[in-house]
Amino acid sequence: MSKPISEMGWDELVPGAALHTFDGTVETNLSNIQPEERKYSETSSKSMSVGDWRVIKPVWNSETCIDCQNCWVFCPDTSIIARNKEMRGVDYEHCKGCGLCVSVCPTNPKSLLMFNEYVTVEDALSQWPEKKKKGEL
Amino acid sequence: MNSRKMELNKVEVWDGNMANSQAFRQADVDVVAAYPITPSTATVENYAMFHANGYIDGEVIMTESEHAAMSGCIGAGAAGGRVATATSSQGLALMIETLYQASGMRIPVVLCLVNRALAAPLNVNGDHSDLYLTRDAGWVSIDAFSPQQAYDMTLMSFRISEHLDVRLPVISNQDGFMTSHTAQNVHPLDDDTASKFVGEYKQVNALLNFEKPVTHGVQTEQDWHFEHKAKQHAALMGAKKVVKEIFAEFKELTGREYKVVESYGMEDAEVAIVCLGSTYETAIVAIDEIKKEEGINVGVVAPRLFRPFPLEEVAAELQTVKAIACMDRSAPGGTVGTLYNEISGALINTPARPLVTNLIYGLGGRDMTVAGLKDIFRQLDKDAKAGKISGNIQKLVGVRGPELSFYNVQGL
Repeated sequence: MSKPISEMGWDELVPGAALHTFDGTVETNLSNIQPEERKYSETSSKSMSVGDWRVIKPVWNSETCIDCQNCWVFCPDTSIIARNKEMRGVDYEHCKGCGLCVSVCPTNPKSLLMFNEYVTVEDALSQWPEKKKKGEL
Repeated sequence: MNSRKMELNKVEVWDGNMANSQAFRQADVDVVAAYPITPSTATVENYAMFHANGYIDGEVIMTESEHAAMSGCIGAGAAGGRVATATSSQGLALMIETLYQASGMRIPVVLCLVNRALAAPLNVNGDHSDLYLTRDAGWVSIDAFSPQQAYDMTLMSFRISEHLDVRLPVISNQDGFMTSHTAQNVHPLDDDTASKFVGEYKQVNALLNFEKPVTHGVQTEQDWHFEHKAKQHAALMGAKKVVKEIFAEFKELTGREYKVVESYGMEDAEVAIVCLGSTYETAIVAIDEIKKEEGINVGVVAPRLFRPFPLEEVAAELQTVKAIACMDRSAPGGTVGTLYNEISGALINTPARPLVTNLIYGLGGRDMTVAGLKDIFRQLDKDAKAGKISGNIQKLVGVRGPELSFYNVQGL
């Protein structure tokens, strides 16, 4: 686009508020390109930070994670970052904090837990619970 | 065009619904998603019959409601196909939310709206309640007064809607039963000529164009919504020019001339009525008779194009008359009728200062006869000669019971 959409007048916008996901035309099979290498347009929701809706956030603990991919499958906002079936982290620009990833995490202790937005990842990891014993709730 | 052609006679005997169905067939529509309702049922029914008999290459989708019918059209339109549907009355009312989606998303759709009263009380007959319900929906709205015109308008609707400067949905209106179920001589185009006139569908930001992935139906808040609605309004206002161009092209092809504002008897008219739909044709008969029998010079003006409203053309047409009755075939819901507002608004900044009254008539299919129109013309003539409106501005005509009339500004 020639200029940011926020500076455009009525005569410059795309009719019907249609938004193109990528700048230019897509000539290759997108599934062969990792998201970080795709040319997402300014108006793609990939380029839009919507993480400020969140009041609690999932924190990921790589020590206990078994890369089962449950969280990646269930996340409604594709905010679990995984490469080659290995968990890499949470996309905090798009995660809304629904907590679904935590509820589907099968490890003991869980490898994803919800913390208040203001708790740093380091603090969260330092408070991680111990493995529960058999019969312990 | 469809792979199987239909042999048509030079003159066919079609009602308004068949005229719509045949226009759909010749336009080679990709998707007709519909939920039939009286009196537009036969538009869809005939089309489904053509489909069943192998005349239609496109899809016919029977949906679960009118809301779903229009939603199906919007989805298929956004995907990049030519789409059309038909409805009336309650069906239109259920569709109304999606009408705003179609126009806001700038999806070309052709909707044949066979005008019918809105419940309650339930009524299947013709008035303009549903037409008026679409006033602010951002659609181009054109009105046919006969089956021939229904065929012509519906065929031209595709051209208007899909024009690259317009890209807005279009409603092709006709009166329920009076037009939709009255069989008359119709001169159709042959399939090749009609198909050539409508032309190939031109995709704009189609969802099925995988080289340029696109999102339709997005959210815009205070930062962009106003600009998008402004752009939409500009396109709708600009559609008048396109409608005129397409009317001119259609005249070249068929010899049938249409104007954004139709009129009859206005060359020497002292008084005039303004109306929509089949009342225009009844008025032509009444005007010829009353001129001959009583020597009163009267005329009729009807906006062929209802939206975008041809304000300038209407104002120009009404500069020389002394009294005007704006005839609204819809219960106005606590104010004056739409045509009264539109006509008064069109005239207020011009030199003309005619007396303008508002007649509410024909609700739920109540007939407006030649005799009834002559009475209206006689009253207008009296008012014009007296230089003032007798009684109130708004009157309900043709209703049983004591006179019902409202609004009086004399002596202000």
